[in-house]
Amino acid sequence: MFNRIMAPVDLAHTETLGKALMVTADMARQYGAGVVYVGVTAATPGKVAHNPAEFAEKLDAFAKSQALTLGIAAEAHAVVSHDPTTDVDDALLKAVGETGADLVVMASHVPGLTEYIWPSNGGKIASHSSASVFVVRD
Amino acid sequence: MADDTTNQGIPEPEGAVDIIETDFEIGQDNIEGQVGPFGFDIHNPVFMISGLSIVAFVFYALVFREQATEAFGALRPWLTSTFDWFFLWSANIFVLFCLVLIVSPWGGVRIGGTEAQPDYSYAGWFAMLFAAGMGIGLMFFGVLEPVYYFGTPWGDEPLGVVRPLAEDGTLIEENIEPARRMALAATIYHWGLHPWAIYAIVALALALFTYNKGLPLTIRSAFYPLLGERVWGWWGHVIDTLAVFATLFGLATSLGFGAQQANAGLEHVYGIPNNITVQVILITAITAVALGSVLRGLDGGVKVLSEVNMIVAALLLLFVFLAAGPGGILGDFVGGLGGYAAEIFALSNPHGREDTGYMQGWTSFYWAWWISWSPFVGMFIARVSRGRTVREFVVCVLLIPSLVCVLWMATFGGAAIEQVITDPAGSAVKAQVIDTYNPPISLFAMLEGLPLAAITSTIAIILVVVFFVTSSDSGSLVIDTITAGGKIDAPLPQRVFWCTFEGAVAIVLLLGGGLGALQAMVISTGLPFTVVLLLMCWAILKGLMAEKR
Repeated sequence: MFNRIMAPVDLAHTETLGKALMVTADMARQYGAGVVYVGVTAATPGKVAHNPAEFAEKLDAFAKSQALTLGIAAEAHAVVSHDPTTDVDDALLKAVGETGADLVVMASHVPGLTEYIWPSNGGKIASHSSASVFVVRD
Repeated sequence: MADDTTNQGIPEPEGAVDIIETDFEIGQDNIEGQVGPFGFDIHNPVFMISGLSIVAFVFYALVFREQATEAFGALRPWLTSTFDWFFLWSANIFVLFCLVLIVSPWGGVRIGGTEAQPDYSYAGWFAMLFAAGMGIGLMFFGVLEPVYYFGTPWGDEPLGVVRPLAEDGTLIEENIEPARRMALAATIYHWGLHPWAIYAIVALALALFTYNKGLPLTIRSAFYPLLGERVWGWWGHVIDTLAVFATLFGLATSLGFGAQQANAGLEHVYGIPNNITVQVILITAITAVALGSVLRGLDGGVKVLSEVNMIVAALLLLFVFLAAGPGGILGDFVGGLGGYAAEIFALSNPHGREDTGYMQGWTSFYWAWWISWSPFVGMFIARVSRGRTVREFVVCVLLIPSLVCVLWMATFGGAAIEQVITDPAGSAVKAQVIDTYNPPISLFAMLEGLPLAAITSTIAIILVVVFFVTSSDSGSLVIDTITAGGKIDAPLPQRVFWCTFEGAVAIVLLLGGGLGALQAMVISTGLPFTVVLLLMCWAILKGLMAEKR
């Protein structure tokens, strides 16, 4: 049913992703699909890495450890954004095309009042992407 | 190194850089959380201290209005006249330092690593350079300053050039050409190499320590070679807080004055009443558009607005160039540039001068002003300059913008001076600048002397307003980044907060009458920041020496 699953991850907050990562792995095994972990970074130094190259290395390492511990085929795809605060949705939408994913599994918080002003990442991707989107509530 | 086949999203591998190994983890002093529906991620204590001290100063300026006006009103002229030699020499050092970088082997160091690719095209990059820190000044001073020097009756002629206007307002033929040349040269001096060198120093220091050394994008990072790990403690907090303070008050006071200027323009052109209500509406509108811009982000908002503004400004420049007579303007361009080259040493030497009215009242004031803006403009330039070599950076931030400013001043100033010379009695420019000193009207008075004044004046008002927007939005991004400890991905409500806060401070100061006092205070921060910039030159050298070329 699905060949390639895209899993957006925030390397600075991996502790909040547990549920979504498990769902991703379960779906991957269920359908024999490969997983692409996508991370969005700024070019400026951040909490995770000093520069985009180091970020890509860390994302690679993350994908490899997921593959090893969960027994799935996994790779990494890092995206640089000039202004991640506002552009993360667009960066992820672009990544759907670049990775050729047909399913996106992503974590999302429970929608609140601000969702009326700034829609959640998952919501925007579901309404603009051709891939199926599975939003996992935390 | 990352595998290229699995990381197509990364433009290029970044190549060799000299990362500074520090125990500091970006965001380690931040407080993350949620207030109601709004998430936040702020640096403790920079966010709180700068926010609260801004409120305290606004309070002081309003409650003790006369005392504040007196204290700061006297402080600024005292600083710029007592330390005139310090400002002038420091600015000379910044220019020389930048010029040396161009020809030195360090010019080959690439910001972001040997393999980094530029984040922005030249067009987008230039647009953002001008829109952040210079555009609004070009609109305000482009006519005012050259005409002022040409005909000033107040005794502050640059280098004591003889005034070409007699007491009865008629022209003294033999004084016209030297005065015209000096008026342009003295203006270009304030808008050419020196201000851009000031911006370039801050921008280069921050870009280098952020993109090559891996330190957070915040002012304190440039002090790592000097302070070491202490830069993450109170030393750094003080530097960052001072930068936020200067940036916010600099933006808020110029927004307040800008609203008064725009209102004066609207009254002059359309007869719209000149009062506080209109000005508050203007500040609210500018803040609202700036808010929309920061919500759309750096690429979708700030850059787009900057580019639109640059195109409109270029069209206005082209119009004035053609309408005022290309031959005359080209003559002013060449004459102004020649005068600048010939007089730059005399103008930039602070010793043994008799024209203190010009040197202290204008030059020293300008240098303090540019320097107090430099943390904001420099940090914004730094953010958008990744992927350029140091040589390319200095040429593009120092030489090319200086030339653009020469062209602008020669066009607007030259056209205006020509109007004064052609018909001294009937010239609207002379009436608004020399007979009665009415700065906000100067640009519109010059446009009135050209065809299609109704259209060009409207375009000019729109340009003024949008240049305020592009300063306000980039300033909000800068303040947000500093108060988030160098993180550029802090939650959106934070930049909304700073953008709104800036508009609110402007309105409160406008209503309560504290604009003048606090603007004088901001310009006074130019003195400590001059020391900061001198130290940055040393930090840049230290940083460049360790880089691969």
